[in-house]
Amino acid sequence: MQDQSPSIIAQDGLAALIAALQKQGYRVMAPTRHDAAIVYDEIAGINDLPAGWTDQQDGGTYRLLRRDDAALFGYVAAPQSWKRFLHAPLAQLWQLENSGEGTRISDASAPQDRLALLGVRACELQAIAVQDRVLLQGPYTDRQYQARRQGAFIVAVNCGQAGGTCFCVSMHGGPKAKAGYDLALTELLGEEHAFLVEVGSERGADLLAGLPHRPATAVETARAEAIIAHTAASMGRTMPSDDVRELLLGNLEHKQWDDVAERCLTCGNCTLVCPTCFCTTVWDETSLSGEHTERWRRWDSCFTVDFSYLHGGSVRTSAQSRYRQWITHKLANWVDQFGTSGCVGCGRCITWCPVGIDITAEVRAIRESPAAPGVKET
Amino acid sequence: MATAPHKPRLAVFKFSSCDGCQLSLLDCEDELLEVAGAVDIAYFPEATRGDLHGTYDLALVEGSITTTHDAARIHQVRRQSRRLVTIGACATAGGIQALRNFKDVNEFIRVVYARPEYIDTLATSTPISQHIKVDFELRGCPINKKQLLEVINACVAGRQPNTPPHSVCHECKLRGTTCVMVSSGTACLGPVTHAGCGAVCPAYNRGCYGCFGPMETPNTASLSRSLRAFGLSEDALQRLYRTFNPEAKPFRAESERHGA
Repeated sequence: MQDQSPSIIAQDGLAALIAALQKQGYRVMAPTRHDAAIVYDEIAGINDLPAGWTDQQDGGTYRLLRRDDAALFGYVAAPQSWKRFLHAPLAQLWQLENSGEGTRISDASAPQDRLALLGVRACELQAIAVQDRVLLQGPYTDRQYQARRQGAFIVAVNCGQAGGTCFCVSMHGGPKAKAGYDLALTELLGEEHAFLVEVGSERGADLLAGLPHRPATAVETARAEAIIAHTAASMGRTMPSDDVRELLLGNLEHKQWDDVAERCLTCGNCTLVCPTCFCTTVWDETSLSGEHTERWRRWDSCFTVDFSYLHGGSVRTSAQSRYRQWITHKLANWVDQFGTSGCVGCGRCITWCPVGIDITAEVRAIRESPAAPGVKET
Repeated sequence: MATAPHKPRLAVFKFSSCDGCQLSLLDCEDELLEVAGAVDIAYFPEATRGDLHGTYDLALVEGSITTTHDAARIHQVRRQSRRLVTIGACATAGGIQALRNFKDVNEFIRVVYARPEYIDTLATSTPISQHIKVDFELRGCPINKKQLLEVINACVAGRQPNTPPHSVCHECKLRGTTCVMVSSGTACLGPVTHAGCGAVCPAYNRGCYGCFGPMETPNTASLSRSLRAFGLSEDALQRLYRTFNPEAKPFRAESERHGA
């Protein structure tokens, strides 16, 4: 499928793409400007894309800026990932009616609407693949995730620039979309504002066939490749990742955990913006009469005290232990559990940490002064 | 069904406060009949005329202790109540009126009142828990009515209320609000503040004011370092921690590290 040679669509082709998806019954979710950020939300058409806007990201800071062109995808990762739509932040699981005649439990229905995700970056495709492994391919299938995921049409966008906190190259995920999409676009700016389209699935090919398009020339294909190569060469962050599992697990008592705990707010932002963090908590809501009960689920975070509450108390009361749990799970134990790293290098945990804690800098600090395993430096 | 067991008797007591929190109970319009069906509202001067004396299964206590009379009365309330829950920032942390704890209250009285000799007040505003044993503290200025219902519900069902003590940031992320601190450099207490309001202010592009008091493990020193880098003065930092919960220990301690 992916060896089909690329095509070119102009802006009217992109508008037609959005309309065609809507006609097929998809709600099209895409980057759109809302207040001081470009967020993913439902769009009505091409005019809702943030034309001429870009973002500037660094540790603990995000600013929206004007571009000097009309690029539609001239920015990087949004504040929150597509996880919002596929693995919903809040969901009802079941309800129970308790009447005089007995008890009746009914499952909450899985989401019925089909989503088209437009503007999915390579790091985000990789994150979706990671969540697939956790929520679909393990011993238990998450039915709500499954309903959303199987219905989703994915239009990827290859990044035309790297952000200040991007490090997908280090995590072997980007900036070029490799798999997991129906169509992938590379935005070509210049005299003709157009998009090079690569096909990743049968239904992607079918959709493209109905749009105004033409074959890409060799020059256009080379231009798209050069754009992606330039993005790859300008990552804002790097994190040598091949030995990071051994590095972290060999330094569980490193003094750096104390150092980061002094800065860490244990607010949970990093885990909530992370496109692969999947943890949830459940609770029951009961009516005062006791006749009606609902079980709900919401995103949780390993940075809360309650997260590790076992009989008699929490086992991770210090900020040291909670930060260490997150980063060692993400970068080390995830590999043992799911066969890949839990990090895709999107940089969200760096940008959206209110105090700018940088996962790449923490790993570097440990790398540069490794302590003897099991020995806590004083 | 067998004869219904006796309905739990609910009482609402007021100390130094604005009444906003007990009004949250009356504000539960859709659920009020259900509440009245599940509990016997035995003492609630703001809502009912009748006084039922005796003991109460659940006492909701609003307000802080600011007079010698109230300091004695709260012990009487405790003796009458099987389960005592404080509602709101005043009862839980001394409230706005705890700002007096940082100043000389007699000076205020001299400046504000024409006849200072009529005023009989303590030098401090203190939370209920400094005077008696409290079974549960519900945060907020004012409290969230959904959380109040949850507390009543939990009490009727004999379980722990579900009022997560993590940061307000969780609530911003759940509702999809972009972080105002990161995206516009707005001073925000959300990362050190107890959840419960549903992150109302950031949804309107305002930083969190800390109405629900400190979260479970607040790292105020680290937050203050970032806010100072945003350009907040020492004075502004002190004021930030001294609004609705100035007497709450972590906020008090942080406010004392700043100031002119």
